Amino acid sequence: MSGFASGLVGAFSEAWAEVRIHKTRVLMSLIGVAVAVAALTSVVGLGSIAEQAMIETYERQSGRPATLIVNVWGTGEVPPDALAVSAAFDTVVDRYQIEYAGAFTHSSQTVQFVDGAMPVTTMGVEVGYGTLHRVVMTNGRWFVEADEQRLAPALVVNEAFYARMGWPELSGHPTVTLLGDTKTAAVVVGVIPEKWEGEEPVMHMLNSAYLRITPPSVVAWSPPMLEAWVPTELSDELTFRIKRDIAGALGEGVNVDVSRQDYQAWGGTMDPFGPFKLIVTGVSILVLLLGALGLVNISMVTVKQRIREIGIRRSFGATAGRVFFAVMMESVVASAVAGVVGVMIAVLVIQSDLVQSWITSGFPVDLPPFPVEAAIIGIGAATLVGALAGLLPAIVAVRVKVINAIRY
Amino acid sequence: MTILRLEAVTRTVALPDGSPLHILRGIDLGVAVGDHVSIVGRSGSGKSTLLNLLGLLDSPTSGEIFFEDRPLSALRSGARDRARGRDIGFIFQQFNLLAGRTALENVMTPLLYASGRKFWQRRKLALEMLDRVGLAERANSMPEQLSGGEQQRVAIARALVRGPRLILADEPTGALDIETGASVMQLLDSVAQQTGAALITITHDANVAALADRHYRLDRGVLAPVDVRRVIALAEPEVAL
Repeated sequence: MSGFASGLVGAFSEAWAEVRIHKTRVLMSLIGVAVAVAALTSVVGLGSIAEQAMIETYERQSGRPATLIVNVWGTGEVPPDALAVSAAFDTVVDRYQIEYAGAFTHSSQTVQFVDGAMPVTTMGVEVGYGTLHRVVMTNGRWFVEADEQRLAPALVVNEAFYARMGWPELSGHPTVTLLGDTKTAAVVVGVIPEKWEGEEPVMHMLNSAYLRITPPSVVAWSPPMLEAWVPTELSDELTFRIKRDIAGALGEGVNVDVSRQDYQAWGGTMDPFGPFKLIVTGVSILVLLLGALGLVNISMVTVKQRIREIGIRRSFGATAGRVFFAVMMESVVASAVAGVVGVMIAVLVIQSDLVQSWITSGFPVDLPPFPVEAAIIGIGAATLVGALAGLLPAIVAVRVKVINAIRY
Repeated sequence: MTILRLEAVTRTVALPDGSPLHILRGIDLGVAVGDHVSIVGRSGSGKSTLLNLLGLLDSPTSGEIFFEDRPLSALRSGARDRARGRDIGFIFQQFNLLAGRTALENVMTPLLYASGRKFWQRRKLALEMLDRVGLAERANSMPEQLSGGEQQRVAIARALVRGPRLILADEPTGALDIETGASVMQLLDSVAQQTGAALITITHDANVAALADRHYRLDRGVLAPVDVRRVIALAEPEVAL
């Protein structure tokens, strides 16, 4: 045990002494490795962040995996009863204990702005819609359960709508008038970013408020749809069961369609990020190979220059294994340090405002932090490259003819 | 007690055309504790090959080498390396101090391959050995800051720091002037005697060889005892032997 400990400490001491003594050489080789690792980590990190940003964008648009959407429509001229549809939805949500589910409606309400009235796309939603679609606020807040009790409906509007209002302070509880059979004052409680540049004004209100202020004749022609966030592995089974249960509850003359709408369902069994990941991985491997080639080159030249020194060490009792390990360790120690430096550079680059604004391309994306796995891959790859790059020189070092190396 | 014994040792290598080249032929040599043996020989006589065998760096083609009465062929490569580090100290003509390391770090180098107290107290032991060769005050000097004689004294300290039982000195004064060479040899001889180590000196220098108790000449792969007066005579090329 003592021999093992002294051997290990001795090998590390040798490796560290080599790194310390050959500072310039090590520094030169480290620059190459650090740049390669910084590039690799940046590419992996950017890829990971971009993938996460894309996922979040998709989830905002169409829900998280697996989001089922239930559509109900009449087979004849008479639309299905909206209240019966809502009741059927509630039943299946309770029956299958779906935590995040909610009905939503698409309709249009006329809104009186200071510069005139205009029809505005209106989405009736449940409180859980915010979680299901990763809604990000630019101002104010999303709906809470207490908003159900409001006499004046709460609204969450987009930036375009907010601009039409003249950007009032939300703390002052700004209101707009909704025109219809009766005029209704609604309070804006939150603002969400535009989904794309030039988006028309859009507002969200809770379903309860929507049903209260909208004439039954209008509601009847726009029956609610149901969104349900269910475990991915149960989605197929639940698609079948929900369709069967709702169709059974609503009876004849009604069509029910249940399907997945989240991004994972778009490509069938294919990973929608597959091509993107493939390109990122290809670039990363290429970058790393170039770094490794540079390191091997420097290591080989270095070992040839150090044949005499290796011969001297062998003459003083360094075993072949010890020389092999020491030469490998030099490469590993140096490249691991370079890996840490490279990862730090990558973090600084990716966290810079310039790069972040480039990643988001002006879209409202809540960027995740620098991915830990990218840092681990960077340091791990650097160490692996160090070990591989140290392998050839280590083999050369072991084959040194000791006395010839010393005498000539 | 015999430390190293060579019995009918030969070393043959194959030339590119496949024909054998007999470098060493039937070498018999025994080295005991406290011996001082000199081996002289011209270039190409097989000195390097013999040094490889004596230093446990190579194996004979035939015959046997016994290290402390154990046949070398019974030792695996790692065990042989460890035995070399533990029991054999090398001193080279060109000093071969490691560049970029201080005198102290050079003397500490062999202790990196030791274990136990010698490993963990390597700094203290190296300082003591430097003091013994009179270079304690130059412990932190780099090799290029030392004179030739000082560098060889550092090399002697390095060879002796693990307390070897056999010292192999390969042309130890070859790169020194006569006066410095004599003082270095005196130091080597006295330290070897103090520690009880056997000393094998391979040299061209008849005066250095003459300091030994037993004298051998290596000629065309054959090692034969030689009279000390003939050793001196070997230094004079025009004298017929």
